Amino acid sequence: MSAPGADTEPIRVMLAKIGLDGHDRGVRVVARALRDAGMEVIYSGLHRSPEQVVESAVQEDVDVLGVSLLSGAHLPIFSRIFEVVAQLPEPPRFAIVAGGVMPDEDCEALRRMGVAEVLGQDTTPEVIVATVRGLAREASARL
Amino acid sequence: MSDGSGRDGGGGEPAARLSSEALVAAVVAELAEWEGDELAAFLARAPESHDEYRTGSGLPIERVYTPADLPADWHDIGLPGRYPYTRGPYPTMYRGRGWTMRQIAGFGQAEETNQRFRYLIAQGQTGLSVDFDMPTLMGLDSDDPMSLGEVGREGVAIDTLPDMEALFDGIDLEHISVSMTINPSAWVLLAMYVTVAADRGLDLNKLSGTLQNDILKEYVAQKEWIFPVRPSMRIVRDTIVYCSQHMARYNPVNISGYHISEAGANALQEIAFTMAITQAYVADVTATGIDVDSFAPRLSFFFVSQADLFEEVAKFRAVRRYYAKMMREHFGATDPQSMRLRFHAQTAAATLTKPQPLNNIVRTTLQALSAVLGGAQSLHTNGLDEAYTIPSEQAMKVALRTQQILADETGIPSVIDPLGGSYYVENLTSRLEQGIADYLATIEDMGGVVAAIEQGYFQREISDTAYDFARRKASGDRPVIGVNKYVDAEPDQRVETHKLDPESETRQRARLEQVRADRDPQRADAALRDLITAAHDPDTNLMPATIEAVRAHLSMGEITGALRDVFGSYTETAVF
Repeated sequence: MSAPGADTEPIRVMLAKIGLDGHDRGVRVVARALRDAGMEVIYSGLHRSPEQVVESAVQEDVDVLGVSLLSGAHLPIFSRIFEVVAQLPEPPRFAIVAGGVMPDEDCEALRRMGVAEVLGQDTTPEVIVATVRGLAREASARL
Repeated sequence: MSDGSGRDGGGGEPAARLSSEALVAAVVAELAEWEGDELAAFLARAPESHDEYRTGSGLPIERVYTPADLPADWHDIGLPGRYPYTRGPYPTMYRGRGWTMRQIAGFGQAEETNQRFRYLIAQGQTGLSVDFDMPTLMGLDSDDPMSLGEVGREGVAIDTLPDMEALFDGIDLEHISVSMTINPSAWVLLAMYVTVAADRGLDLNKLSGTLQNDILKEYVAQKEWIFPVRPSMRIVRDTIVYCSQHMARYNPVNISGYHISEAGANALQEIAFTMAITQAYVADVTATGIDVDSFAPRLSFFFVSQADLFEEVAKFRAVRRYYAKMMREHFGATDPQSMRLRFHAQTAAATLTKPQPLNNIVRTTLQALSAVLGGAQSLHTNGLDEAYTIPSEQAMKVALRTQQILADETGIPSVIDPLGGSYYVENLTSRLEQGIADYLATIEDMGGVVAAIEQGYFQREISDTAYDFARRKASGDRPVIGVNKYVDAEPDQRVETHKLDPESETRQRARLEQVRADRDPQRADAALRDLITAAHDPDTNLMPATIEAVRAHLSMGEITGALRDVFGSYTETAVF
């Protein structure tokens, strides 16, 4: 933790839907759970591109970027996200989390790409809140 | 005098009264006595597990139901194939014709899906149901930048007419009914389907099948859209009118509660919102001066069969009764066929779990049971692996066999509406029917469905229910076996999953490029101009110009792109 009082700054989270996938039940439940836990939540809305989402996550200076995908296109889309991230002038401090329906072997591949956590469809709101808190603490340490 | 059977009208009451006043009084008195006596003593020794009991949609439920809970009028229950169709749309139901086993399929290129169709037909499936990939569903071409990674992934990719020809190659379209799950771009797919059939010399009036084409529930729940609400409504209206004139056996719209449920709504919200949407479509078409009986017989419906077995059966019965009354009393329909609600059911994908995936077979079986007890006309049972990805061939086979076992081994189809007359199911049916009426009154007060969508009303209602469910699941108040109860310590059983051919996307883009290169550019330009002209005039039906556009080998993205310039694009104000 960098400075006294840093704990009182609300955690900032961006939640995003990328591509054509319209399944937004999960992402909206997560948004409410995080908001109810006292975090500031920015939701991208549907049908965004990797470029748009990474750019707004940087501008909004978020601690965690959560990307929800139930379209099955998670491998190409996350791979594009990390390409966009790699082109940023400096590495962002936010952690990237994946959520949605993904086969186990793909979860491994996502972690190898740089996804901090993969939260599947049965993850409880408590676990999601705790995971995001932990990742945000690490992100603050990178300030 | 009542003989206790509940059938005797007694003391000058109408013959159609289900329970005589004397019987009800006797039952109420005995119930009170029982509660004070056996029940109280028993509860003192052994309390019940919960303080209160509720259905899946949150309706409070009693521990036992009696003749006092039946509807007053026998005609609210009545007979199958007779108004208000509580017991089913047809007089013989499954005794005359089993439900259509319609497993949805679609992935990769048209040829790959065509192979799966032939496999399913060989396994005894009796109708086809096409699942399209996200770009096709959203009206985009396979080479659009937004299509990255999604071409052929969750369904089949269709860009141009030659794709549609390949999809139905060797399939007898006059004898196999085809359902197409597609919405904002549905009219383009309909144009392609009509063209494939016409080019084979088939009679359009002999084609049977269903186009989902339910755009309003997209704004409410599934979130696939292209244009703003009002021009989208016009397209739906144009397809309904076109089909009423050219395709006597085809269902031009499949009004869908399924996605409303999957987005998080409960059973009551599912049927209430679906009826609100239905009312909006029917009002929109009749406002143009078209007689309700000329198109209403071809309206069809699609609901989920969820986990709460009795509430689901009651839901199907309630929505049939509500619809019949709405069509006759509100819209003045006189043809009985305009009043009978026919529906496709699909088991609830959102209930499937990734841990212990074999349990999903059991869940799906019970959900399919509620659809059959509820009188579904066709049914899709989900694959056990759908919490992982789209289903494998093996998973689809087990799902189809589940239906075949229900049809052939259980004896259930021998009797129509076997739960009719159950005190509980009848009571729940009446309460759900009343619940629809209450929701419709609220929506009416907001200015109707379109206004309610624009104000985010449905989206908020569904979001609230989804969040409540997630919290109950997290607290364990809503058990999910293998997830929050009876959790395995060891890793999940591995399931064999469907693998997408990685080259499929590249091949599809190449084919699209080839079709564009090979077509007659002058014919394509002329077709596009005519389509735009038709779009500018709300009194011109879009279907003929769209049929010429697909025949000229214009692609999906070219067609929707041109119309975006006329109609604009929809953007949602997201609520959570």
